[in-house]
Formats: sequence, C-alpha cells, structure tokens
Amino acid sequence: MIGSGLHAQSDTSAGPLNMDAVYSRPFLMGNTSTVAIGGYIEVNTQHASSLGVHAPFAFQMRRTTLFASSTVAPRIKFLLELEFENGVEEINLEYTAVDIEFDRMLTMRAGIVMNPIGAFNQNHDGPKWEFVDRPLSATTIIPSTLSSVGMGLHGKRNEGDWVFGYEAYLTNGFNDMIIDNEDGRTSLAAAKQDPLRYVQNPSGSAMFSGKLAVRNRSVGEIGLSAMLGNYNASDVDGLAVDDIRSVSVLAIDANASMFNDRIHIQGELSKVFVDIPESYSQSYGSQQFGGYVDVIATILETKMFEWENAKVNVSVRGEYVDYNQDTFRETGGAIGDSIWSFTTGISLRPVGTTIIRVNYRYQEQTDLLGNPPIASAFLQLGLSTYF
Amino acid sequence: MKYYEQVILALTLGTIVTACDAVFPSAPQEDQLLDGPVAGLTTSQARMFLRGDVAFNDLIFTTQTGLGPTFVSNSCGSCHAGDGKGHPSTSLVRFGQRDESGNTFLNLGGPQLQNRSIPGFTPEVLPAGAPHATFLPPANTGLGYLDYVTDASILANADPNDDDGDGISGRPNWITLAPFVTTRSSAEMQGGLVIGRYGKKASTYDLLQQTVNAFSQDIGIASEFAPIDVFSGLAIEPEVATQSIHDIVFYLQTLKSPIQRTPSDPTVLSGKKTFMEIGCAACHVPTLKTGPAPVAALANTEFQAYTDLLLHDMGNGLDDGYTEGTATSSEWKTPALWGLGLSSRSQGGQVFLLHDGRARSIDEAIRLHGGEALKSRNHYEALQAGERNALITFLESL
Repeated sequence: MIGSGLHAQSDTSAGPLNMDAVYSRPFLMGNTSTVAIGGYIEVNTQHASSLGVHAPFAFQMRRTTLFASSTVAPRIKFLLELEFENGVEEINLEYTAVDIEFDRMLTMRAGIVMNPIGAFNQNHDGPKWEFVDRPLSATTIIPSTLSSVGMGLHGKRNEGDWVFGYEAYLTNGFNDMIIDNEDGRTSLAAAKQDPLRYVQNPSGSAMFSGKLAVRNRSVGEIGLSAMLGNYNASDVDGLAVDDIRSVSVLAIDANASMFNDRIHIQGELSKVFVDIPESYSQSYGSQQFGGYVDVIATILETKMFEWENAKVNVSVRGEYVDYNQDTFRETGGAIGDSIWSFTTGISLRPVGTTIIRVNYRYQEQTDLLGNPPIASAFLQLGLSTYF
Repeated sequence: MKYYEQVILALTLGTIVTACDAVFPSAPQEDQLLDGPVAGLTTSQARMFLRGDVAFNDLIFTTQTGLGPTFVSNSCGSCHAGDGKGHPSTSLVRFGQRDESGNTFLNLGGPQLQNRSIPGFTPEVLPAGAPHATFLPPANTGLGYLDYVTDASILANADPNDDDGDGISGRPNWITLAPFVTTRSSAEMQGGLVIGRYGKKASTYDLLQQTVNAFSQDIGIASEFAPIDVFSGLAIEPEVATQSIHDIVFYLQTLKSPIQRTPSDPTVLSGKKTFMEIGCAACHVPTLKTGPAPVAALANTEFQAYTDLLLHDMGNGLDDGYTEGTATSSEWKTPALWGLGLSSRSQGGQVFLLHDGRARSIDEAIRLHGGEALKSRNHYEALQAGERNALITFLESL
C-alpha cells in the first residue's frame, strides 16, 4: 500500500497475510518523491491496582513510530521503522531492510528484519488492535517487536481463493541475558537489552527464523513458525567457557472472519525451549508457554460524526503465560510463575486507521512457588492512529 | 448529535467513570499477609522501609551484578516469598562443625554449601565426611521485635542446669561477635562471647550480620562488611551498596508482626489452653517484651512470638550431627510460632516445617519433637483427637 492513501486495514482479518503487514500500512507520498513516510502513535491513560493498592494514575505515551519507505527501482524496495517507546525511554530501529524481488516466490530481504515468529511480531501496529496492552505472550514469551539483523528469502503464491506464503531468514541470535537478567526468569526479551546485538552475535552461529502461512480468502489464515539457534558464547578467544546452549521457539497463529467480517477471531500459541545449565537457578525455566485469543465483534457500522464508515467494536481477550514449566528438583512439584488475564473492551473506529478504545483487564499472577495469586486490574482509555 | 452517537459516548464515558473502584480487586485481609511495616513509622522511616522493600524483593542479581559464581539463590525475595517461610527449592546446606569446638571445614568451603553456579562454573560439592544440616529459609516477620528484646530478658528464661527440675533447660548460644557488628547496649557477655538470637541455631547476633551473611553465603555477593568472595576466597570490591544493606536491615527490623486470626474463637482458646497445659509454652514462651528501640512501635512493647530465643536439646531424631556457635548438634533455637498458620501461603500451598522442612504438617512437626520436648510430645499424643485438633487450630491461628 505504499503511497496508496491514508487508510490501512483496520484489523488483521482482510486481505494480506500477516507477513505482508510490514508493507501493509498507510503512507504519505508526495507527487515527485519516491520516498513515502508514515507512522503511528499510541497514547493512553493507565489506572491500575494490585492487591488493593492503586498505582498512581498516569498518562502514557507508549509509542511514536515512524515509517519511511521507497521504491528504489522496479522490484527493489526499502522500508524503515523507527520507534520511540514510552516517550523517549527506548528508541529502536525495529525494521530497516531492503527487498529485492526476483520472483513473487523468491524475494530476498536483508537488514534488520522482524523475525517471522507468530503473527503479532510482524503485525503489531497499535491502530490495528482493539486493546491498549499487547498480548502477554507476544511481549514476554515472544518479545515483540523482535528484530534481528540478517538476511533471507520470502515469497507468496496465489491459487484461487488460497494464498500461500513463506519466510526464511538467518539472523544474529539471542545472548545469555535470556537466562541471566534482573527479571529472574527466562526472558527472550532480555536479549534486547544488549545494544550491540545488531553488530555482534554471541553464539557465533546464525539463528534460523521461518514461517509457513496459508490463507483462504473466505475463511482465514493459519501460520506455523519457528526460531532455532544457540544463544551463548561457548568460547571466547578460542577458550572454551561454556557448553553450547540452544534456544528454540515454536508458534502457531490463526485468524478468521465470519458473518460478513462482523466477527473476527485471532490468536497465537507459542512455546519456548531453552537449554539451561543443570546447576543453575531453577527460577530460569527451560520451557515456557503462552497464548491468547481475541474475539472482536462489530456492533455498529454507520456514518457517525461525518465519518462515513465508522465502526463500534466490542472485544474480549483471554490469555495465559507460563514462564516456567519445569518442576522443582527437591519436591517434584510444578514450578509456578504464570499469569492468566482477561480483557474486555469497546472501541470506536472513526476510520480504519484510527481507534479510540476503552479496556478493562483483570489478571492473576502466581509466583514461582505457586502461592496464592496476586490479582491486578487495569482500566485504560487509549487512542491510536496512523498518520 | 444523533441518538446512537450519544449512546456510544455515554457508554464509553460511563465505563471509565463508574468502573473505577468497583472493578479493582480488593486488598487481602491484613491478617492474611506477613509483609507490611509496623504501625507508626515516620515519613523518613517509611521511605527507608520502601527502599529496603525494593532491595529485598526486587534486587535480583545477575552475573553482571556479581551473582556467584557459586550461590544458593539470586535474590533475597526468592527465598522468603511474601516474607514468609521458604520452600525446599531454596533450602541451604551448612556443613563442617560437629561440636562446640568450631568448624573444621572452613578451608573446604564451609560453613555453607553454594550448590548452584552461573553458566561455565561448577557448583560446590559437599566434602566427604562433613557433618551437615539442611536449613529452610525462615519467615522474616516480626524480626525487629526479636531484635530489641534485651539480653537480660533472654537470660531470664534460661535454665541451663534445669534448676527448676521441669526437664527444660534452655540456654543461649554464646557466639563470637562478627568484626563488623556492634554490641547492643543491653549486651551480656560471657568469656568474650555474646548471645546469638537469629538462625536455626541462634548463631547470628543481629540483622546486619544476618543480611551480610546472606548476601555473601547465599548469593555470592561481597560487601563492605564481608569482602571475601566465597568462590575465590579473595577480597574483592563490594558488589552491593552499603546503603542497600542498611535499607534491608531496616526493612527486616520494621516488618510487622503477624496478626493472629480468630483469637477469640472457642476452639482456638481451647487449643491455647491445652498448649499451655501440656508444657509447650515452657520453650515456646508466648510473650516477650522489647527494650528501648529507635522505632516507636518496637520500643518497650510486649509481643506474642512464642519463642524464648534459647537453645534446647531436641533429641536424637532432630540431631543432624551439625552445629554452630556453642550449641550442640541436638540443640536448636526455639522457633517463633507466630505466622505458622500462614506458612502454606508462602510455601506454595503446602507446609514444610522444622529446620529442614521434613515435617509436612503441624501434627507431624509436634510428633518429631524429642529431647527436652519429649514430655510435651507424649502429652500431645495422649490427647483426645478433639483436643489435638483444637491445639492445631490454635497454632494455625497464629
């Protein structure tokens, strides 16, 4: 949709595969320029309470994201995504890569790419979602937005109502912060704290990220994806300092629309396997699991406040993450460290690219030992729009 | 504005406004929690408490911040969830001392086993033939009250030669003062030794020593007070700020005491009566009193911890062959019973009692008492089932 106007898809249900999301955004382009720019913002209120104690009410500027893209030449295009998160707390190059299309089934991509794992990681723009908070499993199991420097291939093929797509990249991998961090739990997200991850690769071996996706235009899409690699430096200056340790992530995602696109369902399951030293702290789990399901229903679609096709949606999300699926060596009992959460929301979409949303989220978090959970709730009013 | 537009706006705004307090989870009952400060902290004391809370519960050490390289756990909070009793997964092993003559395994890694290690390192292994015992992390609750009991008060309950002939002969653990510790104004000394009051064997003098030792022996973190790295045996730069240690000590000192649940319940009262009658209170002394203290809530106050802070011979069944200070291997400090009924809330829905968690219920823990407590145990076993249940109900109310 480069240069095609102001409106992007309002959700992930229609048209392209999740893998197309990176280019399926609204851009502005001048008549004489080959460079298009765009972006989105996410701002919200945060009213939270845990164990009966209210956190200070706050306004949150969660994201300001800038896109720039250009068609360098026929079959050669470039896109950049620069994100300012929590104001200016984090400034990340989430994507900067060039695509060279030899064939629809064979496009080479190189640069900082979004690893094709699950759906949310590549299709995460705030205006597309009915919820202020990103899914727990898509932020704390799969650390969206997860980008890595590398290169690979992707392609897509249409057959009648069917669309088939694939992606396969080799990139830099994680680092040992995934099992050595101040969260005290296995966390793929912790690897993102290494500022050198775009120029160094601790394990010295490339990580594979790949995805297969198929979509039926009248039913929906399903995707299977994986990341496989090593995460630690097993030797330094030729000296062995540790065993080689692996990390693997498997994910399945799906979405479907029904009743003339008035009901949309989407979800994702992910599983992480990490090789952890036997003698290490048990707070770092060797297996993690998480997932979410969203159901979004359009309850009103009409002209409203002079917006021709404004929509009012109601939505629910159920989600669960288990950060440590191991068992205690001493007792054989299951290790806790899990969260389940339920979110409900109502949203107004004046246009497809803009959303005003009210969410209520309730969660219960269980600690490592499985003690009585801590109940928390969040009430949020958020606005997100492409620009 | 059209009707449906008004409805949407009203619905949205109504959700925001009316949903506020009603939809937020309520606070648990105060008597169900062990964490939280004593009442009456000044604002400056409250700030110190909060700093200590963060350092205790949120400061998780990594290899970058000094963890290990051999260790038992990576944070204070991981061993004391909710400031309650710990779980076998974070129990620790002490080794090397068979009797009062001292630890003979200090050159082999004693007195504590660091049974975990960061990647690339090998954890410590228990030396062959080393006497040892497993210690479960204790609850932190009410530690400040115990801190300000005067030595004279502790000695008042001691009866080392059983002069009163009741079969109970509590005595203090006379220990060597750690070089960085300052004696209390109330300190009583005997042959250059002072009275220990913390730890399973009462081998620790105060909360500063307890905190510094935990950083060093449990987490492998060197401090200004204990600069020797437990792995290398070399003095290294402090890996934790001295201020953080002081904050944690203050936090531990000012944690509230557990609140007894249903103290007026007839079954609880009946169980308490039995507790007194069969002699449990001879060691688990219901009430102690603090002396002067810098925190108003802790000063000159009676509290119900159910301990005498003294050592008692608990018999062969609980004699692991390891000891500390001048205690014998069969002697253990009377553990405080307050908070006992909340153990399952910090031990993952189960209970692991006695020094190493071997008892899986209060009943089992009582039946494992021996030595000086044998007479009381026999009385307990001779009780009618209803009387035993009432006694346990009383203990669970603490």
